Amino acid sequence: MNREELRTKICGLLKQIAPDTEPEALKDNDKIRDVLGIDSFDALQFIVALDEHLGVDVPEKDYAKTDTLEHLLNYLGEKIH
Amino acid sequence: MIEFKMPSLGADMEDGTLIEWRKKPGDFVKRGDIIAEIETQKGLIEIEIFEEGKVDQLLLQVGDKVKVGTTIAVINDGAESLPQQKPAIEIPETIKPDETKPMDMESAHESLSHRIKISPLARRMAEDSGIQMGDLTGTGEGGAITREDVELAISAQTSKTEKSKSPVDQSLGIRLAVAAAMSKSNREIPHYYLESRIDMRNALAWLSEMNVKRSPKDRLLPVVLYIKAAALAVKQCPELNAEWKDGLILKKEINIGFVVSLKAGGIIVPAIHNADQKSLDQLMADLNDLIPRARNLKLRSSELSDSTFTLTSIGESGADTLYGIIYPPQTGLIGIGRISEQPWAENGMLDVRSCVSVTLAADHRASDGLSGSRFLSAFNQFLQKPETI
Repeated sequence: MNREELRTKICGLLKQIAPDTEPEALKDNDKIRDVLGIDSFDALQFIVALDEHLGVDVPEKDYAKTDTLEHLLNYLGEKIH
Repeated sequence: MIEFKMPSLGADMEDGTLIEWRKKPGDFVKRGDIIAEIETQKGLIEIEIFEEGKVDQLLLQVGDKVKVGTTIAVINDGAESLPQQKPAIEIPETIKPDETKPMDMESAHESLSHRIKISPLARRMAEDSGIQMGDLTGTGEGGAITREDVELAISAQTSKTEKSKSPVDQSLGIRLAVAAAMSKSNREIPHYYLESRIDMRNALAWLSEMNVKRSPKDRLLPVVLYIKAAALAVKQCPELNAEWKDGLILKKEINIGFVVSLKAGGIIVPAIHNADQKSLDQLMADLNDLIPRARNLKLRSSELSDSTFTLTSIGESGADTLYGIIYPPQTGLIGIGRISEQPWAENGMLDVRSCVSVTLAADHRASDGLSGSRFLSAFNQFLQKPETI
């Protein structure tokens, strides 16, 4: 999966968590939770979705590395390859 | 015979509209079964029944608007029958504007039994769909009701249901429900507020230790610690787990009303039943079940009516401190701000710790500052020893 495909996949998962938002419109450095209005419950559901759909278990200590699309893509890119 | 009445779904709800009967006359029902779906300001609510027996009569038709407290069904529990010569139930006090006078149930029943011509297939379809025979217009031979007539009625019912679920209506309905409850609270309840700052170091360290061993779907959020600690603390201060209705009514069960923010605005407060007796994993499972249903406005009647004390947590990116408004007729609410790093002085030393500001809003008719302080102190103690809860 290349970076663009990964981005599309992530946006799809975010859309499931926050259906009323437009994750495709996120800029690379936007704080995902702030822009999409995701609370801690939804944030955990997103971490669960990453585990179930991409096979990446993000430990709590790494949550901060998933705050923007750029950080998340970098993090997942390392974990998947 | 038992008269099953339209339950109250909170201080802010006065009526609802029947969307669907989920049981039909002759069905056996037991405690917790869903008997109907009612559209309210808080969405489409599944109405649970709290008796056991056989459904004898359903007294509303789909689309009827009915006030809280009105008898909507009669359940035969095997006890003494109602007198035959006169119905023992009152006809539902519906508030449908075009209703003129109550229907005579006996004659209606007789009429339905003897005069309606309907094919067996059409009858079964009507019964399965909760459509009353009296609502159907027969276009078959001699005015007989045919399968097509029932299909037409089902289609009309479906479109009515869909229409009533319009997101705009729901959003406005929720706003009005919140406005009604909060205005009533502010008008009638003399609030007092207490505030404590709590060191979350132990609680967060313990949670991290728990979560590191767990897969993402089994992880716990700090809010389950808050819920359990609040439920245990309120047990020590029973006047906060109560109602005020011309006097203090203590509640036996501890059902924590958990405030859920809706994406389109507004809040809804489903109950987590017997929270004091549940493990943290059970509480997390309850949240996983309740929050999505609350956001889709698909709750059960008991979840909207049974809360005895409310907890509201602003979340990680919210305000530092939250001063809540009590949900009437309850007597207390705990408000929890966001966790943030703050300077902390202890034993003459200064440290930086993760802290949270916790407030209690309490009804001064029901309790005083001393018991409120006791509650906050107990809440803090439980959070300092999360392994014990």
